This record gives sequence, C-alpha cells and structure tokens, in this order.
Amino acid sequence: MQEMTLNPRIVEIRQNILKKNDLLARELRKRFQEAGVYVVNLVSSPGAGKTTLLTEMLTRLGERHSVAALVGDLATENDAERLRESGAKVRQITTGTVCHLEANMIEKTLAEWDLASIDFLFIENVGNLVCPSSYDLGENQRVVLFSVTEGEDKPVKYPTIVNSADVAVITKIDLAEAVGFQRERFYEALNEVRPGIPIYEVSVRTEEGIDEWITRLEADKAAFKKSVDSL
Amino acid sequence: MHELSIAHSLVELAVEAAENTGMKRVQALYLKLGVLSGVVKESLEFSFDVVIEGTPLEGARLVIEDVPVQVFCSDCQEAHILPEPFPMRCPVCGTRTGQVLEGRELELYALEGGEENAGDDIKSPDR
Repeated sequence: MQEMTLNPRIVEIRQNILKKNDLLARELRKRFQEAGVYVVNLVSSPGAGKTTLLTEMLTRLGERHSVAALVGDLATENDAERLRESGAKVRQITTGTVCHLEANMIEKTLAEWDLASIDFLFIENVGNLVCPSSYDLGENQRVVLFSVTEGEDKPVKYPTIVNSADVAVITKIDLAEAVGFQRERFYEALNEVRPGIPIYEVSVRTEEGIDEWITRLEADKAAFKKSVDSL
Repeated sequence: MHELSIAHSLVELAVEAAENTGMKRVQALYLKLGVLSGVVKESLEFSFDVVIEGTPLEGARLVIEDVPVQVFCSDCQEAHILPEPFPMRCPVCGTRTGQVLEGRELELYALEGGEENAGDDIKSPDR
C-alpha cells in the first residue's frame, strides 16, 4: 500500500468573494450606460418611507421622463401596487428569505424591458441597513434614507451603508418638530461616517424639499447623459 | 444577516480557484476582511462551517485577517490608518476625510493545500 503524503503549498488567489455579483453589476452598469438609463438604488430601514417618497418621485419625474422601478421585499406585491399608482412601469422582486437585492435579481427582472425606452430606473432595496451595502447593483447612485423618527445617531450605528452611499435623504421632515429632531446632531453623525455627503430633507405630505430633490435627480441624470454622449 | 450567502459565494470561488490551480485538497482559506466590508467576522466563520459540509473544502480552516481603515488626509498629504473605523477623521490632524484607501476588502487572498498523492510528486511542477 502506498503512503499518502501531502505537499502543502500556498497559492495566491486575490479575488473578491462577491466577484460574481461585481462582474454582473459591472455588466449591468455598461448596459444601463449604453441605453442611457440613470439608475438609483434606494436603501433604508423598514418604515423610513422609501415607497412613499418613490411614488412621489415617479409621479413628478413621470411628467417629463420615462420612469420605471423595481422594488424588493421578502414577500408580497404590496409595494409594487402602491408604486404603480404613479403610472410608472413597476416590477416587484420577492426575495423569499434574502435580506437584500443582488445583481442577478435585477438582471432577471429587467429581462423583458426595453432599457432604451427608460430614462430613470429606481431600485427600492429591501428595508435593511446592513446587508444591501455589500451588493453593487450596477447603479449610478446609492441613496440612503432616514426618517426623523429614527434617532440622530442612526448613521453612526449603521456606518457601513452610510459610507457606501452617495446621497442622504431625511424623510418625514414635517414631523421634525413634533419628535424633537436634532438636525445638527444628525448632520454631524452623517458627516462622521461619510464626510461631505450631500443631505436633502423632504416631506411627501407637505411637499417640503421635494422640488429640490427632484431638481437634483434631474441634474444628475443630465450630467450622466452628457458624460455618456461624450464617450 | 447576509454572511450565509457570502459564505456560499466564498466556497464557490474557492472550489473554482482550487481546481484552476490544481490543488486537490484545501487545508486553509486566507481572507482579507475590511472593517468597512459590512461583514461580521463571527457570523461568517459560523456560516462557513455550515456551508463547507459535504463540499471539497470540508475540514478546511478559515483564516481571517482584519483590514483596518486607511484614509488619505488631504491636509497631511499622507495615508493614515484609523484606530477605529469611525469617525472618519485624520488621526494626526483631525481633518475629516472620506478618501478610503483600504478597509472595504472582502477578498479571498490565498489558499493553502496540497496534493494527496500516491508517489507522483515528481510530476508536480512546483516541487
């Protein structure tokens, strides 16, 4: 009987563990760019008001642009139904037990859409401030939402996602006074984890700050189009 | 808790890499885990043990190196390692900086293993 021996060696691999997701996200980003679609990924805790704000955004932007949305939840079509009230093209992604969206879910759900006919695509992620931070979906911009009821130290409690975001939106600002929202502390917390992050304050109910937010999105989209056209 | 799906991705990647490099038995996986990666080390270790059962990696060790945040300070014009991931301020002069150079890694850095052979060492190109 031959003796079993082992020659241990170390081989460098140096690959991102989420390589598959990252490669697919890169491919998606290229497709979005070629089709001229501006893609925004919305992340927040459950209940921060993503669906309410997104319905308003789809309605407003839908007056001048072709808009579409994908919405992720563990279960139900409820959010897609709410978003459809805006008249936009909407598809629900139900993830089952998965707590975040991944690039392959986006690719699969988009399969039947003609991307060239869309100006803005919004992706409403699963309500979760932890897991979505690791998954690139091919978006141009990641927006993190907090509502005024969540406590001023929330950005410091969930630093990773804030650090990965491009813009922060504070929702339900009409309740700021009622809940004793401390604006300075909140801004300070955001800046401790993501220095210089642009911050917008909105209320869908009173429409405060909505125009400004919509203007920003349109400007971002215009800048994106310009950079794509110059390629 | 997305560490379970990350552990699945890790095992998939490692099995593929082991095949590509001709490693028949993997004894250890070396990971670099940035403190800004959004992954909890303990959860990943737990998930890893569950996920490798019944795969070619069964019995392999997971060796995780924590990578601290390294930022570039525009005032000092230097890179600095932060003692804590937050606040994101230069540890020397206190200036806020969001220029992260390191600390987001979620990387399979290396595999350790070998060939359980029946005396065919000589053919092995690295030995």
